[in-house]
Amino acid sequence: MEIIPLGDSALIVRVRDQCEDAPEETLDEVLRTLQQLRNAAIPGVIEVAPAYTTVALFFDPVAVAKARETPGDVFDWLAEKIRSAIASGSAFHRRRSAAAAPRLIEIPVCYDAEFGLDLDRVGEHTKLSAGEVVDLHSTAEYRVACIGFVPGFPFLTGLPKTLATPRRATPRKEIPPGSVGIGGAQTGIYPLRSPGGWNLIGQTQLKLFDPTKNPPALLCAGDRVRFRAITREVFEASKQGR
Amino acid sequence: MIITRAGFLTSVQDLGRTGYRQFGVSSGGALDSFALRVANLLVGNDENAAGLEITLGGLRLRFDEEQIVAWCGGEVDVHLGSMALPAGHAALLPAGKELKFSQPQTGCRCWLAVSGGIDVPLVLGSRSTDLRAQFGGFEGRTLRDGDELVLGKFRRPPAFAKATVDKQTAATKSISSWTAPHDWVSPAKRNPILRFVRGCDLDHFNASTLQRFTSETFAVSLDSDRMGVRFDSPELKRQGNVDLTSEAVAPGTIQIPPSGKPILLLGDCQTIGGYPKIAHVITVDLGIAAQLRAGDQVRFSEVSLADGHRLLVEREQQLELFRIGLSLHTS
Repeated sequence: MEIIPLGDSALIVRVRDQCEDAPEETLDEVLRTLQQLRNAAIPGVIEVAPAYTTVALFFDPVAVAKARETPGDVFDWLAEKIRSAIASGSAFHRRRSAAAAPRLIEIPVCYDAEFGLDLDRVGEHTKLSAGEVVDLHSTAEYRVACIGFVPGFPFLTGLPKTLATPRRATPRKEIPPGSVGIGGAQTGIYPLRSPGGWNLIGQTQLKLFDPTKNPPALLCAGDRVRFRAITREVFEASKQGR
Repeated sequence: MIITRAGFLTSVQDLGRTGYRQFGVSSGGALDSFALRVANLLVGNDENAAGLEITLGGLRLRFDEEQIVAWCGGEVDVHLGSMALPAGHAALLPAGKELKFSQPQTGCRCWLAVSGGIDVPLVLGSRSTDLRAQFGGFEGRTLRDGDELVLGKFRRPPAFAKATVDKQTAATKSISSWTAPHDWVSPAKRNPILRFVRGCDLDHFNASTLQRFTSETFAVSLDSDRMGVRFDSPELKRQGNVDLTSEAVAPGTIQIPPSGKPILLLGDCQTIGGYPKIAHVITVDLGIAAQLRAGDQVRFSEVSLADGHRLLVEREQQLELFRIGLSLHTS
């Protein structure tokens, strides 16, 4: 584990160097570290947020300087608190049985050609039929590694390797919210109307981001996710139901 | 508050959102949060009250009732009728009289505080407008001509309003003579030096690139916004030219994309990114960064992390003295 300053008001706790070799294990370790840092309630800490291999910790240096019992550097003091929080958290974790199982969220997706604008492109690249692409995509299980890029956007791990397709050379200027796409070896869902270069394969009616709700995002890091293929009729019905 | 002319880009901002980065929500808020805090203190508000962030001027507004206003930021001509209102002075604005912001001569943005603050709903704990995700602030958008904004209830006694008026000279009757330090209220510079602490990903750059970063002058691109300041030149090479596994970025982070043109992130920046981070502008200089506009020339100078913290703590101590001074002026 490494603790690296991210400017003067944030730092990064690097839990692992990379996540490709053991994505599940890395994710669980990042989430465990996140929880330990939250539980530690270190004075001056504003918030913590996970990414693939890291947990970022944002702090108010002025509040930390005030809270410090012993003179010394703000960063060193925080790093020491973080190390001890993780060390005692790990001891606690070993005594406990396995962490609570992550929740499973099902996302209904209509893979009709109208929404799956790039199904043919993905098919061509992967040498699969559109039906096979949909089957593979909707039977795999994914996990949310982190949320970012735009509010509520889930970076999902677990895309079957055969479905990996390079991003479009020219990104689309506008992608409707709820669009499901494949970008390289990743899959994700666009929560907001935004530009984007991923290959679109379908659309969901679920709202991925709603600032009037708390939490505002449908998904959070660690969640298990499945896509369920639905017909156009069911898709339209769920639209009216909203 | 009635917006007669919304100007180029005006939005409601407070000190930003915290606690929602894990859901991809940026901190946002006034890009120079210190300037908004000072403006709020000058009018007797809580430091976190919502005000207006005015980008490239052009704003005109008036009130139905007498209000106390103050602004901080770029070099802008602000007029109260025919009277000039300098940065960092509190003014008593009569009902119906128009407050006008010219285009800045230097800098890019300024922040207006109004007694009581702007009363828009709290969304995810903040009144700031998230322009990218279109929520918060006033209907999740920039202001338009004709918008009417509601003000919060002003908690200070009427004595505060009276005390904002300078008793010494009749000519400046509605503008306070007391003010805040010049650096706080007018931080804009055309060719600033921004101080930074070293980046997380220095191993992605060779020695000559790092040397160029501190020795050359960088030109601000037109393509800059609340997410970040982009630079046209010079381009900085990345070793191996690979991106990283995405991890957190923060306002102040300077990242180098494949094009080699540096991007200095500001308050509305995304929460995570995969471009190598060469440096981070220190928090006390973010107000200067928020003033950068196309054509400005910037240089970067390294300081230690401990110095970054010390400068921030010192500024906070000075602000505390300023608060005490203000309470003496207005009680």
